[in-house]
Amino acid sequence: MSVFLSPDLGHIALIIGSCLAFVQALIPLAGSYTGTVRWMQMGRSLACGNLFFVFLAFLCLLNAFLSDDFTVRYVAQNSNTLLPTYFKFSAVWSAHEGSLLLWVLILSMWTAAVALLGSRLPLQFLSRTLAILGLISVGFGFFLLLTSNPFERTFPLPPIDGQDLNPLLQDIALILHPPLLYLGYVGLAVPFAFAISALLESRFDSAWANWSRPWTIASWCFLTVGIFLGSWWAYYELGWGGWWFWDPVENASLMPWLVTTALVHSLIASEQRGVFRGWTVLLAIFAFSLSLLGTFLVRSGVLTSVHAFASDPERGIYILLFLSIVVGSTLALFAIRGPVLMSSSSYSGTSRETFLLINNLILTVAVAVVLLGTLYPLISDAFGLGKISVGPPYFNFFFVPLTFVLLIFIPLAMRSSWGNVSTKALSSWLMQPLLLSLLLGLIGSTTLAYWVGEKENSLLAIVTLTCVSWVSVMIFKDLRDKIKSSSFTLLPVRYYGMVLAHLGVAVTVLGAGLYAASGIQRDVKMGIGDSAVLGGYTFYLSDIKRDRRSNFSFTQAEIIVSKEGREVVTLNPEKRHYFSNPQTMTEAAIDPGLLRDLYVSLGEPLDDDHWAIRLHVKPFVRCIWLGGAMISLGGLLAVLDKRYRRRKICSRDRANLPVQSASEL
Amino acid sequence: MIHPLRKQRMQWICLILISASVATALIAYMLRQNANFFYTPSQIVIGQAPLGVSLRAGGEVVVGSLKRAQQSLAIEFLVSDGSHSVKVKYEGILPDLFSEGQSTVVTGKIDDQNTLHAVQVLAKHDENYTPPEIAEMYENQGI
Repeated sequence: MSVFLSPDLGHIALIIGSCLAFVQALIPLAGSYTGTVRWMQMGRSLACGNLFFVFLAFLCLLNAFLSDDFTVRYVAQNSNTLLPTYFKFSAVWSAHEGSLLLWVLILSMWTAAVALLGSRLPLQFLSRTLAILGLISVGFGFFLLLTSNPFERTFPLPPIDGQDLNPLLQDIALILHPPLLYLGYVGLAVPFAFAISALLESRFDSAWANWSRPWTIASWCFLTVGIFLGSWWAYYELGWGGWWFWDPVENASLMPWLVTTALVHSLIASEQRGVFRGWTVLLAIFAFSLSLLGTFLVRSGVLTSVHAFASDPERGIYILLFLSIVVGSTLALFAIRGPVLMSSSSYSGTSRETFLLINNLILTVAVAVVLLGTLYPLISDAFGLGKISVGPPYFNFFFVPLTFVLLIFIPLAMRSSWGNVSTKALSSWLMQPLLLSLLLGLIGSTTLAYWVGEKENSLLAIVTLTCVSWVSVMIFKDLRDKIKSSSFTLLPVRYYGMVLAHLGVAVTVLGAGLYAASGIQRDVKMGIGDSAVLGGYTFYLSDIKRDRRSNFSFTQAEIIVSKEGREVVTLNPEKRHYFSNPQTMTEAAIDPGLLRDLYVSLGEPLDDDHWAIRLHVKPFVRCIWLGGAMISLGGLLAVLDKRYRRRKICSRDRANLPVQSASEL
Repeated sequence: MIHPLRKQRMQWICLILISASVATALIAYMLRQNANFFYTPSQIVIGQAPLGVSLRAGGEVVVGSLKRAQQSLAIEFLVSDGSHSVKVKYEGILPDLFSEGQSTVVTGKIDDQNTLHAVQVLAKHDENYTPPEIAEMYENQGI
């Protein structure tokens, strides 16, 4: 088996896969215009064939890693005989070539999924969607084969051992983070292809929005998990203790996420009420374009980033070219077909439509802020205005207030009904939760200030707690009313998904806001027997020892943490030295807790047995990722809803129906 | 009498235009406030870099220049671009890959002694990576 899966077979399989994608881009599209059913039906089997060959290529590369085949240059650069087997798996996608192969594989998976699960789509629409996905696959397949072939051999003499995987990437979260993030990134190709097919046949009824919704939510879910997993990894692995750095590479994943969040919501309005259709299509186009831009930013190395790895400008130019073709041609198509997208129904100033629109606007502004901040250094450099970088204060200045405004509007959109809400009714059910959340905000921030031992309430804590209480109180009120009027089991699954996801947003903001308001950090110089006090905790350094494991040696400190004379936990931060690579790695030691994390990392050895040690007390930081899990789980529940599995749906335009009740989400 | 749908649309367009222009102006202003320009050690030495403004500088950490304080985590070292060098002061923990003879990018402010008080020190992230600014700096010097 392992001899059969040779790198050469992988190379050939990749070529065949790309050729099949090329045929898939041509035949079904031609068939959809000539009306040849047989040609259109070919799309499905071509998508499956493409998946088969790309998967075969991926298996061959995986096999090269597992069998330490250092004749393959990519394996020699990113693996080592001493590397544990489970890290050889993740080493496959640890660098440029392999991660692009993963990109192409995941695109093939999504395409095959559309082909197999899309049986309720009309054949013409399905074949056009598959053709567009095929086109994208061709673009990336040729990119892979021409500029970054993972199967390239080392001639004439293969090295005896590989250079090893970057130690930063030798981590369990990094086995999962790239595939999940890519599932999200690449999954955005599906709503994009749906939008283009819709533009091609000028079809924007509620059925179209209904088809697009589960795919959009699914890729949005993966993107959410991927981003939060990456942030969690950065928190414990980079050894700095932060969870978000406004780094270009992080922004590259945040931008498509924000646009997709907007898209998920505008699709609801398009499906239910037939409004914002043009806007929805634009968002679908932008979401995928931003995911391509993200690939470009990460892979071209044009920006100084803590995440930047060795890169090649030629590859960057290819992606940039691809991006401009995609954006240029789709926007041109949109300009031609746009006038068809005029909304057919009206809504008043206070209605769910309006609130969804406001939420969409806030998200769009947030994207613009992040996009400009990320690209400004590139623009400035291109125009000779100097080499610059944009720091976190810029992003925080905009993003933090925008997040709070967004939180204020979330429950308003949930509680109001389609079409029209009387202002009187609105204010009558708003007053009570508003007062309650203000009260909760004040009580909460005072308690927090007392707990962490500060004299004054911080403004950030008050605003955070008030906004979070506002969202939670309104959600629970809504839940109680819904259960009272219908019954617990009669409510659709997607409603629970929505509740969970929005509560998740509140929990994440709670964690981020309270951590920013009351987290404490100190760098200290410590020797054995020294202790330091931080936030009521005493950190006592009792021992420093040296030892070795399979592919690294390490220095480990033993720090006993106590509070008011009682021992809380013993932490063992490490400094690792990898054998195959002169790189050192910091392994932070964390005592996790829902209310606070204690975080200790070793800096560098100073003179005579003293170490630089970084101590943190981080209140509520875990809520950030707990909220992330809730958001993703909420999305998952929404995808599982029966609504998206109905074979036939009413193709009548829902917008012409009378105003529906608020429970019809 | 304007058609209600059209009136609604006009209101939205006005609202979006106004908020978009306010947002753009604010973004442009904040970008200028928070942009950290990159200077080479030579530019700093001949006085091209502004004093007291947050900026970035980079180059190679001069071998043998790293000094640590006895009691605190204060550090100072020289950063050089081959022809000139600048003294950098920093207090805190240096990144894992920071070492003498390797390239670094620091963010901070310059005082009237031409010393850079750094708030952030970045070292390269893996063996083969050189920050683009430093790569270009060497390129211009023909190294």
